Amino acid sequence: MKKRVLTVDDSRTIRNMLLVTLNNAGFETIQAEDGVEGLEKLEDANPDVIVTDINMPRLDGFGFIEGVRRNDRYRAVPILVLTTESDAEKKNRARQAGATGWIVKPFDPTKLIDAIERVTA
Amino acid sequence: MDMNEIKEIFFQECEEQLAELESGLLKLNDGDRDPETVNAVFRAVHSIKGGAGAFGLDDLVSFAHVFETTLDCVRSNRLEPNQEVLKVMLRSADVLADLTNAARDGGSVDEARSRQLIKELEALANGEVPQAAAEPAPKAAPPAAAAPVPPVNEEGFQPVAFSFEEFETGEEPAIDLPTYEILFRPKSDLYAKGNDATLLLRDLSRLGEMSIHCDMDGLPALDRMNPEAAYFAWKISLKTDKVEEAIRSVFEFAEWDCELEVMLADDQAQAHEELPMQPVPFDLSMLDEEPRASVEEEDRTVAGERDIRELAGSAAEATSNVVQMTPSAARVPAESGRSAASAAAQSAASQQAASAATPTIRVDLDRVDRLINLVGELVINQAMLSQSVIENDTNGTSSINMGLEELQQLTREIQDSVMAIRAQPVKPVFQRMSRIVREIADMTGKSVRLVTEGENTEVDKTVIDKLAEPLTHMIRNAVDHGLETPEKRIAAGKNPEGTVRLTAKHRSGRIVIELADDGAGINREKVRQKAIDNDLIAADANLSDEEIDNLIFHAGFSTADKISDISGRGVGMDVVKRSIQALGGRINISSKPGQGSVFTMSLPLTLAVLDGMVVTVANQTLVVPLTAIVETLQPEASAIHSFGANQRLISIRNSFCPLVDVGRILNFRATQANPVDGVALLVESEGGGQRALMVDAIQGQRQVVIKSLEANYTHVPGIAAATILGDGRVALILDVDAIVAASRGQALKPEMSLAAAG
Repeated sequence: MKKRVLTVDDSRTIRNMLLVTLNNAGFETIQAEDGVEGLEKLEDANPDVIVTDINMPRLDGFGFIEGVRRNDRYRAVPILVLTTESDAEKKNRARQAGATGWIVKPFDPTKLIDAIERVTA
Repeated sequence: MDMNEIKEIFFQECEEQLAELESGLLKLNDGDRDPETVNAVFRAVHSIKGGAGAFGLDDLVSFAHVFETTLDCVRSNRLEPNQEVLKVMLRSADVLADLTNAARDGGSVDEARSRQLIKELEALANGEVPQAAAEPAPKAAPPAAAAPVPPVNEEGFQPVAFSFEEFETGEEPAIDLPTYEILFRPKSDLYAKGNDATLLLRDLSRLGEMSIHCDMDGLPALDRMNPEAAYFAWKISLKTDKVEEAIRSVFEFAEWDCELEVMLADDQAQAHEELPMQPVPFDLSMLDEEPRASVEEEDRTVAGERDIRELAGSAAEATSNVVQMTPSAARVPAESGRSAASAAAQSAASQQAASAATPTIRVDLDRVDRLINLVGELVINQAMLSQSVIENDTNGTSSINMGLEELQQLTREIQDSVMAIRAQPVKPVFQRMSRIVREIADMTGKSVRLVTEGENTEVDKTVIDKLAEPLTHMIRNAVDHGLETPEKRIAAGKNPEGTVRLTAKHRSGRIVIELADDGAGINREKVRQKAIDNDLIAADANLSDEEIDNLIFHAGFSTADKISDISGRGVGMDVVKRSIQALGGRINISSKPGQGSVFTMSLPLTLAVLDGMVVTVANQTLVVPLTAIVETLQPEASAIHSFGANQRLISIRNSFCPLVDVGRILNFRATQANPVDGVALLVESEGGGQRALMVDAIQGQRQVVIKSLEANYTHVPGIAAATILGDGRVALILDVDAIVAASRGQALKPEMSLAAAG
């Protein structure tokens, strides 16, 4: 069965790059544009792993991660955070919020898939 | 979808983000301190940087990074976004736009300018506020895969990073691979954050030959066991050619949530004594198999005898149990609170949905254009059908006629809806103007404030696209020629900061765009003198103020004493006027000395259809745009007055109005027609003057689809475009302003002379 990835990013560019990369790697991709939509789509998406951006309107990545971790069914789903720079502070905040790991943008397909494989069985 | 398409999307997105950025900065400039505004500005730059990084657009990335860093200072209240700061930021936004364009279309940017701004931005981030010095310098950011800082364990022991690469030269790696002893003790947080010890061990096993021992000392009795706690620790010995850094990077995601020790085993024999196990390669297949031993059965005293695979398997199984049990364990206590929580969540969600923008789709413009073309054909076809039915059906009450009427109505509605698809707010063009204003203000040393109103007024996309150029030129003029220098303004008792007001609004089926400045107004003496010097008017010409003002639209007219770098680019207001006219629009100026000038442009909402009056002139069918017509009347012989050699006037309600013989002007006939035999259309031309156009007869009022003459034939003076009528014949659409202008010279010339008007 295909692994399901929920991607949450407000940038159309990044969403599309994730989509192409993940689909090529044989994942099923469900997209959301911000944290609020990400939480709304959580049930339907039933993801094996979540990839989320930090800076987003309405609900940012930190809030989204906390929201997922509060969800009884999905709180153990691995969450990878997209960070633009290896900004230690942002990474730490993401981890405090409950992120599993991170991917540094710009990501190449290998880097992205590696990180996902790393947190999924 | 391939990378090129994504790149295209990226540039589209950049444009939106740049617009967002600029409008946000302008809001801040107006004193808006809403954190969401700052966030939106930050996000815009951040997004551009993120996408640019993905496409390796390094110039864009590095500039965006510096910009972002400074914006972050504003976001975290370390930098007050005062006017000075915003000035730098607005200019940075301009450079960011330039860099984006350069990345898309090639070409170069003003590097000195961007370097200068980088310096200024960095100064803002570092210099002004002392704490900001902690900001990482953009280039000093550690590379992505930097080693995590080794954790300090309870004893305060911090493993020292050590590289063996230099030792390996010349040695046979297969024989003497170093062995690492790794202690890995996850905390419960590790599982809570979605990490899985099993997976980490799997990754570790990929580095080399691994043997593993699970320390289950911490496991309590089943009744005291917390399913979400972490009880196991692993001692791993790993034979690998990789350096310690590689081992640590496996635990990168988990470094906070576990104890990790990585040591080089200096004495392997000792390690064997301490660990009751045989070094057996870690078998990944165990992860997928059913459990063969339960945790209770495990007895570590016999561990030495046991197949180490089984141990590893059960340990892994126990670990994944922890993860699997998590949901069910937490479900019970959470169940009671769930309904309330979900209700709250639902209401919050619906609130947010309401505040969100209505969903939109992006459509290729070509598709819309094709649709518009088809609808145009449909309109023509429907008209043809109506006409032939009317011709063949004399009683006129049949159900066919009823159906046709409905069809006509539907066609009209379809047309309106399709036109609405193309309608776009003028906002993007207006936003571009704020940059123009900034640049010219900088160049001229004037202080200017641009106020825009009615940004959301919608108009056809083609009109918007073609509006930018004339508008840019007019703004340049307004700042360069219209506004005074701050010193002069102060002397005149005005605010040293000049205001340029750009307004858009809908008025009777057209869009009206006003550009007003509060400058000195038109210097009529100077304009008049200039016109006399250039032989545009006679020295003794008696011109009204309005006529003098309109002289600036005359070809080759420039009031600036010297041709300045800004507005004097060989393009005068005449070009502006011509481009507005090409859009089927009109432009007017009104000016008050000392108070400023107002340019008013009135443009059709769409360039695709037109409401027209179909008339006959010398057996030709012509269409007169309905918007130009004020009224129609049947002239009486007593109302016609001759004037001069061949001019005639018609008196309407006690005022006289020049009579324009359309057939004569278009050279349809050589002699003047008798006005009493025809119909006069009272039209309002630019400048506010009224003229009576004389035609032979009115056929009716109809919506016509505009077909460009330039695209299919060539420009014909006096004719704006063509259309296809219901009977399939081509009819020409009159360019009323051109006809009126020509009537002054009594002949249609490509360059119409205003001089004759005097």
